[in-house]
Amino acid sequence: MSGTTTAEVEKPRVRTDAGREPHPRPGRIRRIGLPYLLLLPALALELLVHLVPMVIGIVMSFKELTQFYIRDWGTAPWSGLDNYRMSVDFDAPVGEAMLHSFFVTVGFTLLSVGLCWLIGTAAAIFMQDTFRGRGLLRALFLVPYALPVYAAVITWVFMFQHDNGLVNHVLHDQLHLTDERSFWLIGDNSFYALLTVSVWKGWPFAFLIVMAGLQNIPGELYEAAALDGAGMWQRIRRITLPSLGPVNQVLVLVLFLWTFNDFNTPFVLFGRAAPEAADLISVHIYQASFVTWNFGTGSAMSVLLLVFLLAVTGVYLAVTSRGRRASHAQ
Amino acid sequence: MSPPSSFLWSRRIFLTLLTGFVLLPVYVMVSSSLKPLADVTGEFRWLPSGLTVRPYIDIWSTVPLARYFVNSLIVAGAATVCSVVIAVFSAYAVSRYEFRGKRVFTVTVLSTQMFPGILFLLPLFLLYVNIGNATGIALFGSRGGLILTYLTFSLPFSIWMLIGYFDSVPRDLDEAALVDGCGPLGALLRIVVPAAVPGIVAVAVYAFMTAWGEVLFASVMTNDTTRTLAVGLQGYSTLNDVYWNQIMAASLVVSVPVVAGFLLLQRYLVAGLTAGAVK
Repeated sequence: MSGTTTAEVEKPRVRTDAGREPHPRPGRIRRIGLPYLLLLPALALELLVHLVPMVIGIVMSFKELTQFYIRDWGTAPWSGLDNYRMSVDFDAPVGEAMLHSFFVTVGFTLLSVGLCWLIGTAAAIFMQDTFRGRGLLRALFLVPYALPVYAAVITWVFMFQHDNGLVNHVLHDQLHLTDERSFWLIGDNSFYALLTVSVWKGWPFAFLIVMAGLQNIPGELYEAAALDGAGMWQRIRRITLPSLGPVNQVLVLVLFLWTFNDFNTPFVLFGRAAPEAADLISVHIYQASFVTWNFGTGSAMSVLLLVFLLAVTGVYLAVTSRGRRASHAQ
Repeated sequence: MSPPSSFLWSRRIFLTLLTGFVLLPVYVMVSSSLKPLADVTGEFRWLPSGLTVRPYIDIWSTVPLARYFVNSLIVAGAATVCSVVIAVFSAYAVSRYEFRGKRVFTVTVLSTQMFPGILFLLPLFLLYVNIGNATGIALFGSRGGLILTYLTFSLPFSIWMLIGYFDSVPRDLDEAALVDGCGPLGALLRIVVPAAVPGIVAVAVYAFMTAWGEVLFASVMTNDTTRTLAVGLQGYSTLNDVYWNQIMAASLVVSVPVVAGFLLLQRYLVAGLTAGAVK
């Protein structure tokens, strides 16, 4: 109460103070410097952990950086564009494996993001209205997201075991769907194993974001639609889904980048070397760098990957922001 | 205005299937953690042949789980606190002030979010080793290095979300506080932060989970004494035996604190996302 009165009384005085110019200097300097001061910790950290390493990574990609030079990487000889040439020489083993891994990653990412989005959106829309048990179900659905990656994925590793896993037990012993016990963590099946785990772990994030987005749709829209005689399904198609447009743009981009760059899931699922069918690019680069000890080529691959991601994101943002502007203009 | 039965049936079927999919690994984790070793090395059994809490006792001696646990707590806790404090300051600057380089800052910070972690791994490893050699500050292999790394992982998302959240706090409020004689920090701490508590809690939950679950950097940048749970759990597989019941028990033990915390705070997370990220 007294606070408001002081504010009302003091407001005019401060304004005239600012109008006069006798002692503006100290305050002014602080004002201009303040935002930078507030940003300083974040800036310093970004510099130390992201920007400087990135520059080092780019420099490394132009060097012949094998295990002989890793202790003193500055002395490694320059190799010009050799690492890049090697990465994109698709006729040679290194380039061919990289290209294969790239296509696997793209296919995997599109499928995983699509499924995560679909399941998350459906669940959020089905749970928009209250019904008995909704709160409990919502909490349950967030469990895969909350579980630490290594604990959750290691459980899937157990389930996918050849001899003592649940998946083969159900598919082979109980339902007799397969002629013999399949291998899930090696060979072609590994792609589906990875996809299953990735969707299981990833869809709750879509669910969370869409749920948040749904709360921003004004109730009047639904009331108006109900007055016009629109049924439940029509309301979902005409109001809910279109209103989620801007939310979806952000959601899909974030899901895409996270899935594309995911290292933790394949690493815990398969270990240091993933099977060919599920050889995601980040594990592939890890293997190229830390297992075959060619850090220069690994760095060149990372830089190429970064350029690709920047290009995709740039195009995506340009297209979606144009869409947003167009819908605003309507 | 009750929904048509086609909607109700679709909902029932969809939600039932989804619940099964979500809970299956949770069931496997819980039930296997209570099985004797013979049950998890032989053919899979839905029900244990005999319930035992032995795995829960053995996990602490098979690997130094308690030490990994403490390491993870220190690393994730410190990363969370630092990340939240730094994000609050940055987001306040971006939300309330006009300054040169503002756009460059937000775009740079946000774009680091999209870079693959593998890109930073080796350079950061070399950088930490070099800093250590030059200054004697042990970053590589220490908890400090891991804290530093992790807190930047959650920083972009935290700043982004808090900017949105602070924008939704009316400017008049903190301007009035400034007029009342609060400094900018007073206005931030007394007006903006209290009004943005759901957003801040959401960001803290996110930061903690990111640090608690990270595997890549933990596996390269830790040594025997600083190892976190992410790497430590691999210790249950020996050349001859895989103690699946112990792995499941340990997984459950390390998951319970985060999952419980997350579920308790999930309301804040949804509210925080609504106001911050999804505008």
